[in-house]
Amino acid sequence: MAIEIKMPALSPTMTEGRLAKWLVAEGDEVRSGDVIAEIETDKATMEVEAIDDGVMAKITVADGTDNVAVGTVIAHLVEDGESFDEAPAAAAVAVAEAPAAAVATPAPAAPVEAPRPAQIMAEADWDGPTKTQTVREALRDAMAEEMRQDERVFVMGEEVAEYQGAYKVTQGLLDEFSEKRVIDTPITEHGFAGLGVGAAFGDLRPVIEFMTFNFSMQAIDHIINSAAKTLYMSGGQMGCPIVFRGPNGAASRVAAQHSQCYASWYAHCPGLKVVSPWSAADAKGLLKSAIRDPNPVIFLENEVMYGQSFEVPEHDDWTVPIGKAKIVREGTDVTITAFSIMVGRALEAADALAAQGISAEVIDLRTIRPLDIDTIVASVRKTNHLVCTEEGFPFAGVSSEIAMQIMEHCFDYLDAPVERVTGKDVPMPYAENLEKLALPQIDDILTAVHKACYREGGR
Amino acid sequence: MAKSSSASADQSKKRGRPPKAATGKHLINDFPETDVLTQLYKDMLLIRRFEEKAGQLYGMGEIGGFCHLYIGQEAVVVGLQSVAEDGDSIVTSYRDHGHMLACGMDAGGVMAELTGREGGYSKGKGGSMHMFSREKNFYGGHGIVAAQVPIGAGLAFAHKYNNDGKVNMAYLGDGAVNQGQVYETFNMAALWKLPVIFVIENNQYGMGTAVTRAAAGQDLCDRGKAYGIPGAQVDGMDVLAVRAAGEVALAHCREGKGPYILEMKTYRYRGHSMSDPAKYRTREEVDSMRKQHDPIDQLRDLLVREGIDESALKVIDKEVKQVVTDATDFALTSPLPAADELYTDILVETA
Repeated sequence: MAIEIKMPALSPTMTEGRLAKWLVAEGDEVRSGDVIAEIETDKATMEVEAIDDGVMAKITVADGTDNVAVGTVIAHLVEDGESFDEAPAAAAVAVAEAPAAAVATPAPAAPVEAPRPAQIMAEADWDGPTKTQTVREALRDAMAEEMRQDERVFVMGEEVAEYQGAYKVTQGLLDEFSEKRVIDTPITEHGFAGLGVGAAFGDLRPVIEFMTFNFSMQAIDHIINSAAKTLYMSGGQMGCPIVFRGPNGAASRVAAQHSQCYASWYAHCPGLKVVSPWSAADAKGLLKSAIRDPNPVIFLENEVMYGQSFEVPEHDDWTVPIGKAKIVREGTDVTITAFSIMVGRALEAADALAAQGISAEVIDLRTIRPLDIDTIVASVRKTNHLVCTEEGFPFAGVSSEIAMQIMEHCFDYLDAPVERVTGKDVPMPYAENLEKLALPQIDDILTAVHKACYREGGR
Repeated sequence: MAKSSSASADQSKKRGRPPKAATGKHLINDFPETDVLTQLYKDMLLIRRFEEKAGQLYGMGEIGGFCHLYIGQEAVVVGLQSVAEDGDSIVTSYRDHGHMLACGMDAGGVMAELTGREGGYSKGKGGSMHMFSREKNFYGGHGIVAAQVPIGAGLAFAHKYNNDGKVNMAYLGDGAVNQGQVYETFNMAALWKLPVIFVIENNQYGMGTAVTRAAAGQDLCDRGKAYGIPGAQVDGMDVLAVRAAGEVALAHCREGKGPYILEMKTYRYRGHSMSDPAKYRTREEVDSMRKQHDPIDQLRDLLVREGIDESALKVIDKEVKQVVTDATDFALTSPLPAADELYTDILVETA
């Protein structure tokens, strides 16, 4: 009986890939363990091995095909001597059995968080040309451009140089800037964060990459005690111009120790700026601003967002100011605040709400600290309803802070209590269904909006 | 500044203890000229008198919080600074007043910071443990045990990055040597051949815990062996021994050979901080160190043997006393920081 060979998931967040090359042809005999194809993911080129012995009966996805969804049948293997009956081999059937529900659509698959260029207002001060880039590429370009401009800027972290970045964000930097400025560290977060702080005291401009922000917990003493407080403790004499960056928040199916949002942790402390962009344009413009900033900046990226594409202004001196939120969709009935990956979910929720006759205004915070409360206040004065969203835990979260500040600034404009949509107050579970329950979904936003607006369907 | 002296072996014997750490081919007979010796004496005495005054002011309630005095350890930082070059950087822990004075920071500014006044180095916002002077290449003053070690390596990284030929001296105590980040730093410093000297000031006690109860293994100078970092143990009560060892270590770093460890065997006469009753050691132990190994007395004796006039030493004593008196006056008359300083210096303002 024929065995289906499917597009494999080669990383926790991979949804699709490019079938770069077949290394075997139809009719070839293969043995378990033979490398049969090369697949390019957004992170790397990986080899696919045969998992059974047999003969390659039919290749269903050709060399060079882009956007092949995980789970798509890419070939059929038969036992030696067996004949292959093409009739029942419908790729769509196999796709329906794909392991990850989110990607169970035929190739080319839509990304999980499809960008919505039509809805995103252009950056007010940019009317020049743009190009389509992934968040990953935009971040890389931001670093490269700043490194070209300022000899003091260097990048340091685990696997940033020879490996080209654990998530490929630093791809190509080693080639252009050499090992002097793109530095692989040992696995030693506490040490290299402190070393980076010292280099910043020494007037360099370090960009310190954490493979994920979960590991920054090893280094948090230097981030808070050494980087954030020194300007104050020195009476303004000596600051710490440093960027700590890396993926933050929930990845996919990696459980509690690798899935957490640290926005409220770092935003809690005076002396730090905390940035968490959603779009590629903001990722680029804000990272450039962060590198130029004379203060320590925590730059929270999102692994799930790295592969998503947006329009990015084409100009190597284009930046986005830290501390300015952005209205990504205008509306009149309710304000929804979000940052990072939640912006995409908020926009999808706004679409659904529009169909129900509710006009939602979506604000991408972009910077968590200093918080652009003015933009939120202006919006709430208009809509009189507020729903705050974030992936992080609810207790002492960013949403709690916004709710409090809104009470301080414009309590009289609220027609209903502020609603929060957050991650659940539990460590992140591994099981697919529980993970989904733990994370804020579009339906949760809809429910919260209904409640805030006293519509049916509210809790 | 460091000089290689032509004094013969006989002479150096006559002149007291030869520098113990001066081994190998480097500057074995580093016996300084008299004016260098008197400067060392003056620098150490300034720290001693300054710290005694700080202790008094603490007792009077003029200095608050923690106050960690350097009395007894003066030879370490004075000896090393005397052979350092302009532009070499320093970073240390919270027992930092001596280091600041040895870097040439103003005694009044340091004392005013201790009293929490506007005229202090940090405008009264840092206190005893948190002072900095970029101008004097003093990078703190760090209150978290061992945090200064990777910071020092980072400063050394900047020296190397800028190819400026300078060296960082990162001071840590015998308590800090057990912190994990010290070894993370040893590893990176050795891998990348950073010009940093890890100066372990082994004053025998990490707060109330004797080093023998806290540190496994043998000598602390060997803690870098696994990383290939050379180490030397030095009589940290002998400023000349410190100088000689410092010259060897600085030359090593400047030649691009990577980090170096100096274990300074020293002793603090006072408690860990002002609030430490120091019940963990005997009065006799402290007295015997004071009477037999005091770094200032030893150097004073040597100067007298060298034939310096006692009256010249008295002039120095008087000058030092005046510096401390002026610093104290300033520290007690400088106003408290203005209330609106509460909200300044949190972030550097950007356009």
